[in-house]
Amino acid sequence: MTSYLIRRLFESALILLGITFVTFILLYLLPADPARQIAGRSATAETVANIRDQLGLNDPLFVQYWRYLTGLLQGDMGRSYLQRAEVSSLIAARLPASLMLMVSAIVTELIIGLTIGVVAALRRNRPADHGLMIFSFVAISAPQFVIGILLLYVFAVQLGWFPIGGYGTPAHFVLPSITLGLLGAGWYSRMMRSSMIEVLNQDLVRTARAKGLSKMRIVTRHVMPNAILPIIAMIGIDIGLFMSGIVVVESVFGWPGIGQLAWQAIQRVDIPVIMGVTMVSATAIVIGNLLADLVAPLIDPRIKTK
Amino acid sequence: MSVTQDIRQTPPAPGSGKSRARVVLGELLRRPRAAFGLIIIALMVFTAVFAPWIMPQDPFEQSFDGLSLMGGPLPPSGDYILGTDLLGRDLASRLILGTQTSLIIGVVANGIAVLLGAGVGITAGYFGGWTAAILMRFTDLMMAFPALLLAIVLAAIFQPSLMIVALVIAMVNWVQMSRVIYTETRSLAEREFIQVQRAIGSGPFRILGKHLLPHLLSSIIVFGTLGISTTVLLEATLSFLGVGVQPPMPSWGNIIFENQTYFSTAPWLVFFPGLLIVLLALAFNLVGDALRDILDPTLKGRH
Repeated sequence: MTSYLIRRLFESALILLGITFVTFILLYLLPADPARQIAGRSATAETVANIRDQLGLNDPLFVQYWRYLTGLLQGDMGRSYLQRAEVSSLIAARLPASLMLMVSAIVTELIIGLTIGVVAALRRNRPADHGLMIFSFVAISAPQFVIGILLLYVFAVQLGWFPIGGYGTPAHFVLPSITLGLLGAGWYSRMMRSSMIEVLNQDLVRTARAKGLSKMRIVTRHVMPNAILPIIAMIGIDIGLFMSGIVVVESVFGWPGIGQLAWQAIQRVDIPVIMGVTMVSATAIVIGNLLADLVAPLIDPRIKTK
Repeated sequence: MSVTQDIRQTPPAPGSGKSRARVVLGELLRRPRAAFGLIIIALMVFTAVFAPWIMPQDPFEQSFDGLSLMGGPLPPSGDYILGTDLLGRDLASRLILGTQTSLIIGVVANGIAVLLGAGVGITAGYFGGWTAAILMRFTDLMMAFPALLLAIVLAAIFQPSLMIVALVIAMVNWVQMSRVIYTETRSLAEREFIQVQRAIGSGPFRILGKHLLPHLLSSIIVFGTLGISTTVLLEATLSFLGVGVQPPMPSWGNIIFENQTYFSTAPWLVFFPGLLIVLLALAFNLVGDALRDILDPTLKGRH
């Protein structure tokens, strides 16, 4: 296990290094000239040339990459072109809101997904099962911006149950969490259903029934704990889905997190900010995948850790 | 009929031959969900092909009659069956033309992603060693990028046009296919019928094309179908964020993008395009899922 841990940590570090390289190349390829962006439209050619020199944009590619990499290691992701602030402090200020939304979305998707999965498995091949499975197919086929706008229309504009957007009270969390969590809920309900069915067919259920335990007790004490385990291992992977999802969900709901920061940066071609959010998201995805890989063998010892 | 098969012979691949295709189609039509998906896909393809003849109005004409007295969009009514958008254009006609956009991008982007993903997967799986190490590490790297952000950055680098949007989506979506095909090719390459071909000196292209590819076809078809759904959703999302298909060319995503400020007074401008996106993505998901059951019952999993 220790050698497996070390190897996976090493691999993750390599992937992160690769991501800094690709991110840097993309930044380098962009047609927009950072010096021109900072200097503004009315600046003279001389001013622009001076800024280029200051930023070291005339240095060879690998020198620039080395500077970018050492900067990153010290938490320096450059300065925003349009907001007079460090990218790292812009992201740090908005990260808590995104993290809280993601935690809330994980809880939401687990509650919806597991409930549907359990009910569908217990009503296997009956109308309830078919209906719930169609719902889960729709959940994985619906784009988040459509779900978000429709939820806003029905529950905020028409019914007035929840605020139209913004951040602060628990009520603000409900609609964005459902929007962000519905995709995962669709996947989890299908996984939970097949996981439940697999456990229901095992000997332990027959033994429990032979002991005369009630059906309720068998399902809650014996089947569900076993069926949930493989699903817990997947939560780390969700971080990847969320990192794409928050850009859309936060812009629809006006949520002050890093997704909205990225979206505003896209609108104004503020490249250092886009790159900063990409780096942070990629790091989160790598950590999420690492957690999933480390948790899986603990839950299921059959998974080899060689 | 012989009971045992010579393991050195290439076993017949599932999913090849014309009659086999007919059997699969029959199986699909017998399953209610898959049949529903097929009908939706057929209707969408018909709409896209015959769009110029089906559209009730000019989708680009900003008609004066298409706006209310206050200058807002019109709700669904006689002249405009699905209402008009904020510029007074007929929504139904724009949605019909948008079907073309979605399907073209779905087929082109996904086609490129399938070719690239399968190509990388087969090459890495067949040759193994350093080739596999380099290719698969690169695949891992691409997997760690948040797909949407990567697509947005790429779309910002290249000026968005229909082809660029398709390419950007392909660049993001090939990764999953390459993982699946890599794993399968690896296990196939160690089977005896491939070893025999190598031993008798068949060239790699002959082995890949004649002996490996037919066995990989099932997975390529299944993940290729599911991939169209992902592609349609990604195109809609990019267009909704303003970095996908550019107006005035209609796409279901950019129709919502253009009109979202009006959603509280004109919900039909979000509802109808949204419904079409869900229907198309759902159709390919349903068919893909059924194909997975039919073609290869061992292919189960989350992704």
